[in-house]
Amino acid sequence: MTAAAAFFYLFAGVAIASGFMVIASRNPVASVLFLILAFVNAAGLFVLMGAEFLAMILVVVYVGAVAVLFLFVVMMLDVDFAELRQGFQQYLPVGALIGVIFLIEILLVVGSWTIDPGLVQTPLGNPAAAENLTNTAALGRVLYTEYVYFFQLAGLILLVAMIGAIVLTLRDRPGVKRQNIAVQNARTQGMAVENRKVPSRQGVEV
Amino acid sequence: MIGLSHYLTVAAILFTLGVLGIFINRKNIIVILMSVELILLAVNINLVAFSTHLNDITGQVFALFVLTVAAAEAAIGLAILVVFFRNRGSIAVEDVSMMKG
Repeated sequence: MTAAAAFFYLFAGVAIASGFMVIASRNPVASVLFLILAFVNAAGLFVLMGAEFLAMILVVVYVGAVAVLFLFVVMMLDVDFAELRQGFQQYLPVGALIGVIFLIEILLVVGSWTIDPGLVQTPLGNPAAAENLTNTAALGRVLYTEYVYFFQLAGLILLVAMIGAIVLTLRDRPGVKRQNIAVQNARTQGMAVENRKVPSRQGVEV
Repeated sequence: MIGLSHYLTVAAILFTLGVLGIFINRKNIIVILMSVELILLAVNINLVAFSTHLNDITGQVFALFVLTVAAAEAAIGLAILVVFFRNRGSIAVEDVSMMKG
């Protein structure tokens, strides 16, 4: 067994095991951490396949952003997670049955079919491979030319997601004192200071 | 030798685990969202496996877009979840049908 095969089985095994723990774990915080483990191992698989850029993006985007977002929400919401697991035993037999059938069907398809060799591009038919570009350079070469509109659309989707998330979660709580810079700047000396004549021995009402 | 079908098998197992997670964690929407992430990860593994096996970079471009949409979906989903929790004090998805109208 070569090193590549050994690493494939390592990454694939850990990814599948942690994928299983994501759905089976009692504690949602543990679920999120197993999700991170699954993504890191999938990134390892990507490196084995030669898609280094996507592997690094997977680590940065998922482990750095999405998983932390999940962790943040899980810890922020005060939820009784034991109560949420009540249907677990009830749904398990049907779910497992459907899952096993589904998996067998997919594996039969994967195992019993072959790719037309004509579809495989030779390095000659694929300019990026012929020039010995790195994965990132090859990806950038098509991403910014052929798929530039899709790239812009992806940016737009992220913008819409950002605005949507802000609009959804922003709320005006009554009774909270906020700084109003315009009012502060518009203050004159007359509004801020009041001079009064204080009569002797009587004081003044504030 | 590790070939295309090995990667497709891993992706199939991860996809099935994601679907199974949606089935058995019907009440816990956070785990459902994580299961959706697992499903999208399986799709990405498929795309990248085909891309490198067929020597065609387009699959990786599509995997990048899937990644983008998955990140946006997670952010929006969690934002909706936070708003729902704020309004109802729980995240039981069975009550979500009360939100209609």
